[in-house]
Amino acid sequence: MTMSWDAIRNRLSDVQGARYWQSLEELCDEPGFQELVAREFPAHAAFWESPLTRRRFLQLMGASLALAGLTACSLRTAEKLVPYVRDPEGVTPGKPQFFASAMVRDGHATGLLFESHLGRPTKIEGNPDHPMSLGATDAFMQAAVLDLWDPDRSQTVVTRGRVSTWEAFESELLRQRQQWQAAQGSGLRLLTEETTSPTLVRQVEALLRQYPRARWYRHDPVDRSALLAGAEEAFGQALVPHYRFDRADVVLTLDSDVLADEPASLRYAREFAARRRPEGPMNRLYAVEAAATLTGAMADHRRPMRSLDVGVWAGKLLARLQDGLPAADPWLEAVARDLLAHPGRSLVVVGYSQPALVHAIGHALNARLGNLGQTVTFTAPAPPPATAPFADLVAEMHRGEVQSLFILGANPVWTAAPELAFDAALRRVPFSAHLGLYQDETSALCTWHLPEAHFLEAWSDARAYDGTASILQPGIAPLYEGRSTHEVLAMALGSPTRSGLELVRETWRGAHPGTDFEAFWTGALEKGLVPGTSLPPVVPTPRGTPVAPPQAPAGLELVLRPDPTIWDGRFANNAWLQELPKPLSKLTWDNAALMSPVAAERLGLSNGDVVELRVGERSITAPVWIAPGQADDSVVLTLGYGRKVGRVAHGQGSNAYVLRSAGAPWIQPGLVLRKTDRTYPLATTQRHHRMAGEPLVQVSTLQAIAATGSMPTEAPPSLYPEVAYPGHKWAMAIDLNACTGCSACVVACQAENNIPVVGKEQVMREREMHWLRIDRYYEGPLDAPRTYFQPVPCMHCENAPCEVVCPTAATVHDDEGLNAMVYNRCVGTRYCSNNCPYKVRRFNFFQFSDWTTESLKGMRNPEVTVRSRGVMEKCTYCVQRIQAAKGDEAATGRPIRDGEVRTACQAACPTRAIVFGDLNDPASEVAALKAGPRHYALLGDLDTRPRTTYLSRVRNPNPALEEA
Amino acid sequence: MSYGMMAAFQTPEELLAAVRAARTEGYRDMDAYTPFPIEGLADALEAGPNRVPLIVLLGGIAGALVGYGLQYYAMALNYPLNVGGRPLNSWPAFIPITFELSVLTAAIAGVVGMLALNGLPRPYHPAFNAPCFNLATLDRFFLCIEARDPAFSAEATRRFLEALNPTEVSDVEG
Amino acid sequence: MAARDSEPPVIRPGYTIASAAREIGDLVLRRPIGWPWLMGMLLSAGLLTLLAVAVVVLLVRGVGIWGIDIPVAWGFAIANFVWWIGIGHAGTLISAFLYLMRQRWRTSINRFAEAMTLFAVLCAALYPLLHLGRPWYFYWLLPYPNTMWLWPQFRSPLIFDLFAVGTYLTVSLLFWYVGLIPDLANLRDRAPHRFQQLAYGVLALGWRGSARHWQRYESLYLLLAGLATPLVISVHSIVSIDFAYAIVPGWHSTIFPPYFVAGAVYSGFAMVLILAIPMRAAFRLDGLITQRHLDLMAQLMLAMGLLVAYSYATEFFSSWYGGNPPEWTAFVNQVTGVYAPLFWGTLFCNVLSVQVLWAPKVRRSPVALFVVSLLVLLGMWIERVMIVITALHRDYLPSRWGLYVPTFWDWATLCGTIGLFFFLFLLFVRLLPIISISEVEKLVEEGA
Repeated sequence: MTMSWDAIRNRLSDVQGARYWQSLEELCDEPGFQELVAREFPAHAAFWESPLTRRRFLQLMGASLALAGLTACSLRTAEKLVPYVRDPEGVTPGKPQFFASAMVRDGHATGLLFESHLGRPTKIEGNPDHPMSLGATDAFMQAAVLDLWDPDRSQTVVTRGRVSTWEAFESELLRQRQQWQAAQGSGLRLLTEETTSPTLVRQVEALLRQYPRARWYRHDPVDRSALLAGAEEAFGQALVPHYRFDRADVVLTLDSDVLADEPASLRYAREFAARRRPEGPMNRLYAVEAAATLTGAMADHRRPMRSLDVGVWAGKLLARLQDGLPAADPWLEAVARDLLAHPGRSLVVVGYSQPALVHAIGHALNARLGNLGQTVTFTAPAPPPATAPFADLVAEMHRGEVQSLFILGANPVWTAAPELAFDAALRRVPFSAHLGLYQDETSALCTWHLPEAHFLEAWSDARAYDGTASILQPGIAPLYEGRSTHEVLAMALGSPTRSGLELVRETWRGAHPGTDFEAFWTGALEKGLVPGTSLPPVVPTPRGTPVAPPQAPAGLELVLRPDPTIWDGRFANNAWLQELPKPLSKLTWDNAALMSPVAAERLGLSNGDVVELRVGERSITAPVWIAPGQADDSVVLTLGYGRKVGRVAHGQGSNAYVLRSAGAPWIQPGLVLRKTDRTYPLATTQRHHRMAGEPLVQVSTLQAIAATGSMPTEAPPSLYPEVAYPGHKWAMAIDLNACTGCSACVVACQAENNIPVVGKEQVMREREMHWLRIDRYYEGPLDAPRTYFQPVPCMHCENAPCEVVCPTAATVHDDEGLNAMVYNRCVGTRYCSNNCPYKVRRFNFFQFSDWTTESLKGMRNPEVTVRSRGVMEKCTYCVQRIQAAKGDEAATGRPIRDGEVRTACQAACPTRAIVFGDLNDPASEVAALKAGPRHYALLGDLDTRPRTTYLSRVRNPNPALEEA
Repeated sequence: MSYGMMAAFQTPEELLAAVRAARTEGYRDMDAYTPFPIEGLADALEAGPNRVPLIVLLGGIAGALVGYGLQYYAMALNYPLNVGGRPLNSWPAFIPITFELSVLTAAIAGVVGMLALNGLPRPYHPAFNAPCFNLATLDRFFLCIEARDPAFSAEATRRFLEALNPTEVSDVEG
Repeated sequence: MAARDSEPPVIRPGYTIASAAREIGDLVLRRPIGWPWLMGMLLSAGLLTLLAVAVVVLLVRGVGIWGIDIPVAWGFAIANFVWWIGIGHAGTLISAFLYLMRQRWRTSINRFAEAMTLFAVLCAALYPLLHLGRPWYFYWLLPYPNTMWLWPQFRSPLIFDLFAVGTYLTVSLLFWYVGLIPDLANLRDRAPHRFQQLAYGVLALGWRGSARHWQRYESLYLLLAGLATPLVISVHSIVSIDFAYAIVPGWHSTIFPPYFVAGAVYSGFAMVLILAIPMRAAFRLDGLITQRHLDLMAQLMLAMGLLVAYSYATEFFSSWYGGNPPEWTAFVNQVTGVYAPLFWGTLFCNVLSVQVLWAPKVRRSPVALFVVSLLVLLGMWIERVMIVITALHRDYLPSRWGLYVPTFWDWATLCGTIGLFFFLFLLFVRLLPIISISEVEKLVEEGA
């Protein structure tokens, strides 16, 4: 980058008024800035409005004739499903029903409820009763319905590239079974992802009993084995930690995004946010990390540090805590004192990407601070126990010892570390069957590909991170010929029972002998979990002090991470997640080599420059994206991109798996960067530029509030008459102190409101359609900025500027204060958008909504209009939900309770940052929040009188570190 | 039957003099035809009062009333909506359209009125029968004493006109 | 300026009424088609075709083919609309305002200036239709009775626009036609061919130059002039309200109405000169459109230029003095931001280049005048684009700051309307007297 970073730092050090900035370019008005702006054009300009745009866009619309006549509206399965009885909105005939199930990621279940319209699952909500959901969801769960209805899903059995049938596969299995019998299954291998499904375990055990010399391996790209190894190291037994943020006053995270990418993150985020309230005893968070993470963004103090050095630093901290000698590093010293001041009420969290030794140090720190059993508890990992390492399987395959291989769910050809050469090994296996949602890289090399049933199509079961078991019930009969893992295993076993339902019931009948099984079964399905199945806590005893790890060699490190929106790549074909802006970089549709400003300066790189990343002899090219706050010698690349299959996934981003090493899955030293002369356009939804004048995100510190207190901002006097809202008076309050930026709300909104995706080119042209966006602002020093998130839906201003300028009265106020958008009256002058100071209006520049693809019709929310080209749209406060509640009110005569109408974003939010309700109800939560001291209106001095307002962000810095 | 006696003159001054002379002679029903307006000519002919300004004024007033009325009716009476919290009768916002409509109707009324009062369009008129009357739009100035004038008599009037030194005097067929 | 009596002659001495009238009339009635005209016609017809293509593509695919986005939801379309409307204004001002001021020199230019107005307004009126997301519903902006009792939202400046532009178009047309009636009669009487006689005869409505008719005619013409003058000012004021009405920093400014009107007339005079200078040469009209005309036009243009410069200064001052942070940021962005070239281009074309007109020599040199006029016209277009885009691309929330980059279709539509304009104008010079015959006759008679 040609701009001078010193200039930027100086600028930041002496700016007074506009302290906020969003990205780097805006920071200096120097040639560098101009050049970067110039760079912004190619991304943006298509002098000839590029034909690619259109083609790509059509691809995304996914219109494929192959799907015509598809059973888009197939009825519910014949099997008996039990609806979720204590339904959030009360089930009445003709209304959508809610069913409890769970979604499994990395083997761990999170409870959910899916909304079913006439047997079509259209929307997913969290299960309030489930310990890992508590009613919240993450972006992946919200996007699951699109996976279900994805027209790209595998639809038929395929063998050696030819369409086949399940019958053909079964006859093949007959032959196979004879071989297995003969050899006691010596050539039979089973490969699955991480799983906790009791039924699967039961089936595998049966298989292994039947064929003693067969073996089961597990492979999951998101490798958390270091946790167990770390516990072994520290306690002599494989345990997993459970953090109790509700009890922790001081939290230190070591290279961990514990609020976002742990199996229990939804719960953690909820409990953490609950302790962030300045009203109550507020916690303090220190984050030491290489990549800028959501957890780091919430931190009161954040220390960017190479992942390789975190262990050493933790060792120093441990030494400091043990021998009590003041440390040279003032930051470490301050943290140490703060931790020591809160014995039993502090918490040290180590990220799964760190090696076992660092986990051991983390445990020792918690032990030293007396946190064991207080802020951190332990249980055995949810069964089954770990299998032999995946590498052994590949070795066997290379040696030609594997005759029959079942790959159930995983996609190892793509995700396995390249040095294992899994694809070569797979070619040596005479019979290989791959069960997957898509015809992917693995199925291409297997002799058989079997279409897998989506989890909303099949019966299964799984355990949550704390062991709590859930039974997964389907919401719809398989759209295609998909079958579940259980059903395929049953085929392999040649077992008489074949239906997924029966297989799951067998498992649980085994666990619940006796007569009351039906009652148990019904109860479990209703609640979405099996009571009393959580694992008992274990109180471990530390074995001595772990040795501090050696100082790692200097130089660039490569840090791989699961992608915040497409995870390990399994969601790569999900257009909602592809277009969901990454919480921090706000990039869509691509991953990028994230590096700190200093690193970029050293290598003369700026956003979009393509670099070659080389580790050892393996290398890939990726575009650069400068991530403020990242450790200087650390380059972060997220997994999951560079797919070769799927109309949506195809060709997006760079494949980070190429750089993966089996030994060190997450962190590798010795990264070599080489600048190429190419640049690559990246689509970000939030471009540069500093805050203009007023603080849009109001921030204060706990100390400041205690000292001065702060009063809610008064609405300015208005020329216009006060409008009376006698009935309901809907309003929303968003707590910026609770928002972690996780973006679940954005996808929830998209799913609830039939919001189309527009594709990368259209995003680059600033035409994305999200009704709810999350603005991200930086404040303070360039190398360790403070990060703030601000969700921005429609403000539903009482003096709405957009309405006054509409020539056709297509946007007007209703009598409850909603800023209503009348699509079919809109002629598309776009004047309303120009006059919206919050720029929350979205315009259909083309026919963005897919009106042709059958399966997508099945996915849509029937309560919400699918918009046409040329009309404006925006957040409606989920008016369809309000109307439904008012329908009940009219039917039952019972007034709407506070919290009965929950907007999609509110329902999804893990931290309850979004509160919606009726201002005319003095008892409502939203009314209380708006009366509170932290309440303020965005751009309130414009006298727009927004109904959506904010609660200011409050930090709780350590006085020893923050010069006031 | 004769429509009148037409005399052509070289200059506006001669025409004006002729008109005055004709009046003193006692002629009343006459008209002058000129390529461009000539000051004083209408007065000399004692043309009646000119009603065009009144028509324009009335048109303007009507437009203004209709303009404001339409907006008030639509926004405040017929289909009242809460638009951005603004008053139903947002009179300042209604002024521009009121003004435009009043100008529009005033102009249309004026043009229509002028044509109507002038009896136009009228493709045929006896005056066109006069020889070289096509010069009436170029550089010839005509005076026509019409037959219906009580004082009109073919010979006397012709003699009178020829005394005024015209380029030509002709009897116009009606 | 000089009082009527002591005024120097506005047309070259030596004309008789007949010779003057013939010189003008023969352009239409007898002059053969020349190469310059044919070339111009071919060129503009080509551009017109481009417009047709652009419109079809637009209707088939949607406004997304343009560079507009969120935040910059208005682009070239609206800028061009404002620009064209503004060009129209000079015509009305010359024919109406100068008429009220009894400026007899207007006689030689008002007719084609009015024609220019009509065609410019036609071009302008295209854009608000085309830029709609669903153009086929444009009539929803009209207050027509319908079963659902839906009315336009009369508080919207876009509805003001509709009425203002509609009125402007109608009144300009009436004014123009009324002025034409005596000339049509004249052509009727001069026309060598029967069909010409018929055509002009029908249009002349049987005008015979009766003194009584002249009396009413003149009072109406005066009243129309009196109506058109405030109208023309109201129209661009209302156009400016499209922006001033909004709360966008850089738009929300009370100076906009006068500022826009000045700019409008400014660009209009430039266009008049751009039309007059070649026409004068091609048709050898230097006897009727004299050096003095050019000089006076140039002086007017200079005056307008100074007025515009003053408006700029006022705007900059108030954005500084107003102490409103968003306003100030918007201004700083305007002069230093991505689109700063537009700003400096505007200053150069609209403020700097026009200063050469202080020199009488320049004012009398058709070539120099032509160049300056082109610059002014360009500058005013740039200014309109600047106003629309720079204000929008950065408003209140930095998170939504963006860019606008015109696409091929943006340019195609612009060039297309330019083609349409010249196409209509070239037809006009072949079919109707480009100078008012009856008024010139009067001038000659009065020995001007």
